[in-house]
Amino acid sequence: MVALVIAEHDNASLKGSTLHTVTAAAKCAGEVHVLVAGSNAGAAAAAAAKIAGVTKVLHADAAYFADGLAENVSEQILAIAGGYTHILAPATAYGKNILPRVAAKLDVAQISEITKVDAPDTFERPIYAGNAIAYVQSSDKVKVITVRSTGFDAAAAEGGSAAVETVAAAADFGKSAFVGREVAKSDRPELTAAKIIVSGGRGMGSADAFKILEPLADKLNAAMGASRAAVDAGFVPNDWQVGQTGKIVAPSLYIAVGISGAIQHLAGMKDSKVIVAVNKDPEAPIFSVADYGIVGDLFEVVPQLVKELG
Amino acid sequence: MKVLVPVKRVVDFNVKVRVKSDGTGVDIANVKMSMNPFDEIALEEATRLKEAGKVTEVVAVSAGVTQCQETLRTGMAIGADRGILIETGVELEPLAVAKLLKAVADKEQPQLIILGKQAIDDDSNQVGQMLAALLGWPQATFASKVELGDGKVTVTREVDGGLETLALQLPAIVTTDLRLNEPRYVTLPNIMKAKKKPLDTVKPEDLGVDVTPRLKTLKVAEPAKRSAGIKVPDVATLVSKLRTEAKVI
Repeated sequence: MVALVIAEHDNASLKGSTLHTVTAAAKCAGEVHVLVAGSNAGAAAAAAAKIAGVTKVLHADAAYFADGLAENVSEQILAIAGGYTHILAPATAYGKNILPRVAAKLDVAQISEITKVDAPDTFERPIYAGNAIAYVQSSDKVKVITVRSTGFDAAAAEGGSAAVETVAAAADFGKSAFVGREVAKSDRPELTAAKIIVSGGRGMGSADAFKILEPLADKLNAAMGASRAAVDAGFVPNDWQVGQTGKIVAPSLYIAVGISGAIQHLAGMKDSKVIVAVNKDPEAPIFSVADYGIVGDLFEVVPQLVKELG
Repeated sequence: MKVLVPVKRVVDFNVKVRVKSDGTGVDIANVKMSMNPFDEIALEEATRLKEAGKVTEVVAVSAGVTQCQETLRTGMAIGADRGILIETGVELEPLAVAKLLKAVADKEQPQLIILGKQAIDDDSNQVGQMLAALLGWPQATFASKVELGDGKVTVTREVDGGLETLALQLPAIVTTDLRLNEPRYVTLPNIMKAKKKPLDTVKPEDLGVDVTPRLKTLKVAEPAKRSAGIKVPDVATLVSKLRTEAKVI
């Protein structure tokens, strides 16, 4: 059995999510190959070849792979899919966009956001915002799977020495075009990779109020996140959203400020190692999952916390 | 131009579901059911396109049990002109839903299909992409802005780290993210009007689609519980606990 991992990358380097997906793939099959479909993506392919446990890297290069369009990347996957028992991609905006196209064309079910591999055909995945775990078994000839990064450790980025094989690029789908990108510039760590996250909720009250969290995030070298309520209210951008329909995170320390703790939010952060909650309502559900809680006005507690951290 | 909007009947987002004690699933008997929130956003977007004069007809489609009629009526109260129910008692997987919707799309010939990005019950996030692949159409998932032009649609997408914009040739698939719009409240007069709008019912067999599940759910279990910790009296205690007890800073 050989598994194929679809690398998430920016042509120059691999995203961390790829490493977690390789770990999941190694639990499914004895051998792991990685597909890098990009434009001038030789550096990303070379990086994939160094991942511990990867035995072969397939590199498809074409200008129309530059921006990871789902139509083109899925056609490339289909072109090389024969012979693989498992096809896996990270359950990120990138992987979620692409992989269902592959499953549909192969006429197989997709198993989304697995958190555990119980057997090569049996997987665990959260449903209902993580309020239940489904154990699903697939009898399809190919298992098409997206992998939740928090469920699997990252494979070592160094130590492997896989061969890089160039494969012919599948044809350009041609009906979609990349127009542009607005990337939020930030010196902070990426939300899904951060060791510490400082998150704000509806209790922040305004976009301006989020500024009060910045010195705290600076002190801790933390990423900044938010609940859906804060995103809904327009306080912060959507890519800050932690929860069922946003990002799933599991840092060492998660500080929830002014977040009541709706189940949809807990779904995105309850696997964090240590949770701290700051909320003025002592009955807020967030306290039921927090290791340490402080009941108080966040506008007093947060500056005190910054001061105390020195 | 015709727009198709698939809608799913799901357990209301305010309900905290419980796993059945025999591990066969979650208990959804007697719980409140509602339209999947992302599908409401999809219907709102289609309705606004119609109100802007860019779209002539909005058709809502649902697949599932008889009670999905209620979901379709809600959809027609938001603004759909008519509804189609693909009625079946089989628990539908995303691939089966995509095949059913393809059959409806082949018949209805819409130029645009707007779907919710994911349903809040099975959290699969698959149907829109699968439908696009089966139809051979381009897709723009997780949309936060949709601009319908002549023969094309320009869509801004929510991606990790920011936004990206794609231009798709019509016909095309769009799936909605949270910030695309804020769905309207349905008013009583519109609920009354919706009762008079046409609602057709078909069966998967009529559409020639095999909806047999591909996956077997061996069991459904409670997730590992996280126990509540302690409340600390002040910030100094908190920092000291984080340093010496939890050792995370």
